Amino acid sequence: MRLLTHNMLSSNIKGVINGFPLLIQAERVVEKQVDFNPDFLKNMFSKIDWKALADASKTMGYDELPDEVPDPSVLDSQEFLQKFHHALLELHLEEGALVCPETGRRFPVNKGIPNMLLHEDEV
Amino acid sequence: MKLKQLESLLGNLQQFDNPKIELEQYPTGAHIASRMLYTAENSFGDVSNKVVADFGCGCGTLGLAATLLDAEHVIGLDVDDESLEIASINAEDLEVEMGLIQCEIKNLRWQGQIVDTVVMNPPFGTRKKGADMEFLSTALKVASQAVYSLHKTTTREHIKRAALRDYGASSAELRYDLPKQYKFHKKKDVDIAVDLWRFVPKPKHESSS
Ligand SMILES: C[S@@+](CC[C@H](N)C(=O)[O-])C[C@H]1O[C@@H](n2cnc3c(N)ncnc32)[C@H](O)[C@@H]1O
Repeated sequence: MRLLTHNMLSSNIKGVINGFPLLIQAERVVEKQVDFNPDFLKNMFSKIDWKALADASKTMGYDELPDEVPDPSVLDSQEFLQKFHHALLELHLEEGALVCPETGRRFPVNKGIPNMLLHEDEV
Repeated sequence: MKLKQLESLLGNLQQFDNPKIELEQYPTGAHIASRMLYTAENSFGDVSNKVVADFGCGCGTLGLAATLLDAEHVIGLDVDDESLEIASINAEDLEVEMGLIQCEIKNLRWQGQIVDTVVMNPPFGTRKKGADMEFLSTALKVASQAVYSLHKTTTREHIKRAALRDYGASSAELRYDLPKQYKFHKKKDVDIAVDLWRFVPKPKHESSS
């Protein structure tokens, strides 16, 4: 699971109010190279939650992103875009879990696939 | 990529081993899937460089077609882990990246407005009444640009009314890129005529849904 996917998901348990971002428990992280697409990254920059991405990438062992939302002028820097690209699209959570920040409920991730199915009493 | 080439790549994908009838697991054929995504890309620019979600992705045909047409990020969502396993093998065989999530479509909670386009061949609601409508209303919340979906021709009026009146579509357009009365082979002798729709969601304000 890429961190871009992580950035789109919130804890879906009934009653949970602040379910985003899901915390990451990383047991195995893999890197898969993909083509660099600066226009896509610039577009994503305005859509994603920066803090969630920066924290998640740190948890996955990649500590190159600024903690706070950078000024959009950084988008002119090739070096910044490369790091953003790597964190957003090349890091994959292969084994581990996503954890609801409010209740601590674990959603397991196996072979890169998060299981977001709820139990009956959570719907 | 040419339509013919797309269709032939999709034609080699592995399909459901043990289709679960209650989940309406029948494959989305290479013919229909390739035309659906080809239209989305070539007539509307809704695929390349976009974020695309495949709802009820099954073995992944529609989402994988999106990756082949250069979508930047594709995710496939299905409730069934066996199908997701097959989708993941199909992605590996094609050497493309498709993210997969196991979930119940109506129960996932989305953050932000990152998904541009939703493509889907939802359950028609023949086993669980209203399943098609559940998929459609969720898709219109999640997509910011367009939703492409297959529905039974017999539900045409109902679909249009619900999309425009209840689910916040600003347009609901039938596409005739499929041969008239495309037949869906459900069982040996039962065919279902389906429509290909393109819905445009109304612009949304930044919020989770
Ligand atoms: C008609 S099939 C789609 C086939 C798929 N396009 C393919 O290429 O294999 C419908 C799919 O929706 C899934 N499904 C049914 N109900 C669902 C639900 N409530 N949430 C998520 N997926 C569901 C089924 O498991 C099935 O794979």
